[in-house]
Amino acid sequence: MTEVQTSPAAAPAAAGPSPKVSTRRATHLREAATGWLFVLPFVVLLIAFLLLPLAYAFKISLYRSTLIEGEVFAFTDNYQQAINDPLVREGVVRVLIFGLIQTPVMIGLALLAALLIDSATSRFSRFFRLAAFVPYAVPVVIGTLMWGFLYSDSVGPFAGLGIDFTASDTVLASLGNIVTWQWAGYNMIVLYAALQGLPKEIYESARIDGASEVQIALRIKTPMISSALVLATLFTIMGTLQFFTEPLILQPLNPGSITQHYTPNMYAYGQAFSFQQYNYSAAISFLLGAVVFIGSYIFLFATRKRSALQ
Amino acid sequence: MNSKKGSVAAHVVMGLMAVYFLLPFWWLLVAATKNNQGLFQSDSLWFSGFHLFENLKQVFTGQDGVFLIWLRNSAFYAAVSGVGATVVSALAGYAFAKLRFPGRNKLFALLLGLIMVPATALVLPTYLLMSQANLVDTIWAVILPSLLNPFGVYLLRVYVADSIPDEMLEAARIDGAGEFRVFRSVVLPAMRPALVTVLLFSMVASWNNFFLPLVMLSDDQLYPLTVGLRTWYMSAIMGNGAGATFSVIVTGALVAIVPLIVAFLMLQRYWRGGLTLGSVK
Repeated sequence: MTEVQTSPAAAPAAAGPSPKVSTRRATHLREAATGWLFVLPFVVLLIAFLLLPLAYAFKISLYRSTLIEGEVFAFTDNYQQAINDPLVREGVVRVLIFGLIQTPVMIGLALLAALLIDSATSRFSRFFRLAAFVPYAVPVVIGTLMWGFLYSDSVGPFAGLGIDFTASDTVLASLGNIVTWQWAGYNMIVLYAALQGLPKEIYESARIDGASEVQIALRIKTPMISSALVLATLFTIMGTLQFFTEPLILQPLNPGSITQHYTPNMYAYGQAFSFQQYNYSAAISFLLGAVVFIGSYIFLFATRKRSALQ
Repeated sequence: MNSKKGSVAAHVVMGLMAVYFLLPFWWLLVAATKNNQGLFQSDSLWFSGFHLFENLKQVFTGQDGVFLIWLRNSAFYAAVSGVGATVVSALAGYAFAKLRFPGRNKLFALLLGLIMVPATALVLPTYLLMSQANLVDTIWAVILPSLLNPFGVYLLRVYVADSIPDEMLEAARIDGAGEFRVFRSVVLPAMRPALVTVLLFSMVASWNNFFLPLVMLSDDQLYPLTVGLRTWYMSAIMGNGAGATFSVIVTGALVAIVPLIVAFLMLQRYWRGGLTLGSVK
């Protein structure tokens, strides 16, 4: 209809760029500009609160603060100190043990709950789904406070049992219970969503072949949601490596068993905010962050093929 | 017959697990109705006297009503961070899904890579940078970092790509709508369910946030509930100062979780929507 001419002289279409091409180019330019404009706020935030802090943490982790010379370049000194620091090692070993025990317990509980609500369709199972998920809606700080009271030998319901929940040999299990209580329901919903996505016909044919519900749950459903299970496991391990809030909140209950260096993150926090050892603290958190990040990235890369299919 | 037995067993297991998940809530509810003496001397899982209203009064009036300020701060941080993060994610998610601009794929790959950067590695350097910008101990120190939500961008990009056909956008453009107009009148309404999910998750993340405000704030008038309640709890355990008693902390904890539980029950669909989207990946 109204083709816009680029030049007043009517040039033959073959000689210069045709009007159609140039409007298309204008559209492209406009789209590119709009695209950048739309992602701009996000990019600014990404730089200011992710890339810049990361780069800054890395930079200061390479320096050392001295009384006489001020900040001096120390290259990998802080990292070497962190790797050889027995308090860092103790914390790392503790969160690893914690992760190795807590993760299977919690994911197992979440899987059991997910399989149950997937096969039972009663009103109670709908209620149960809610009940299991509600703890996730509670702030970690408040969930931990609640359990702190429940563990208490003066106001808690388990006072009669004579168990000291915050002794040095029981406190890790007590912390694990808090994490399980808070996150099992969340993982249950994630696994349940995966179960709901499975084709139901397979169960029918298994039933006709005489498989029991338990066999269907263990031999068909569970292997079919293995990718969701692996993902939930990964996120849980990553979370436990960064363990911080729960032990920090419970610390005043028994500072002897929950020490200042109980987890690597608590240690880094204490180094920075109690002792102003920012450089060393940055090295510890950077090291921990790198482990978590690289681990996650390897995992994402390994599962990329599978997710591309969907 | 066998399957009936199995169903009974399944319900017994679910019943036991439900007791586990709900017991702390029951304890909290019961404890919030007792005075401090009752808390220590009565059966912890059953009522003894009814002092809920006295406790509430103490919670809201103790220490010049600082609890109310914390409650207000939490609500304010959650609302501003939640809405801000959702708007930023919506703009970026739409652009990644539907607009072709140079560097789009590289930027999105960068986002995917950075989604996994753990928050704990960022808090200290963010604090140091904020203190250079003189923003430590202001509301901005808590709000600004919370506006960044890479997962929200990812979620909305997936949603827009799947649910908004290109023809719909083309039709609006042919009708003469500018890019912002297209976004506001066509894209935003179409992505509403996913927007509510992102809004809900960012608001709850902000309401529950602890590490960031703990590090950034030292003025107790700026504390959110999580940081404030912890200071009460610490002083009660250590037994120092004229701080709050256990009964006040328990009641305060109840007050702090009630809005979340109400929101959670009313907006179940969106919670589940978000988790399902997240799990598909």
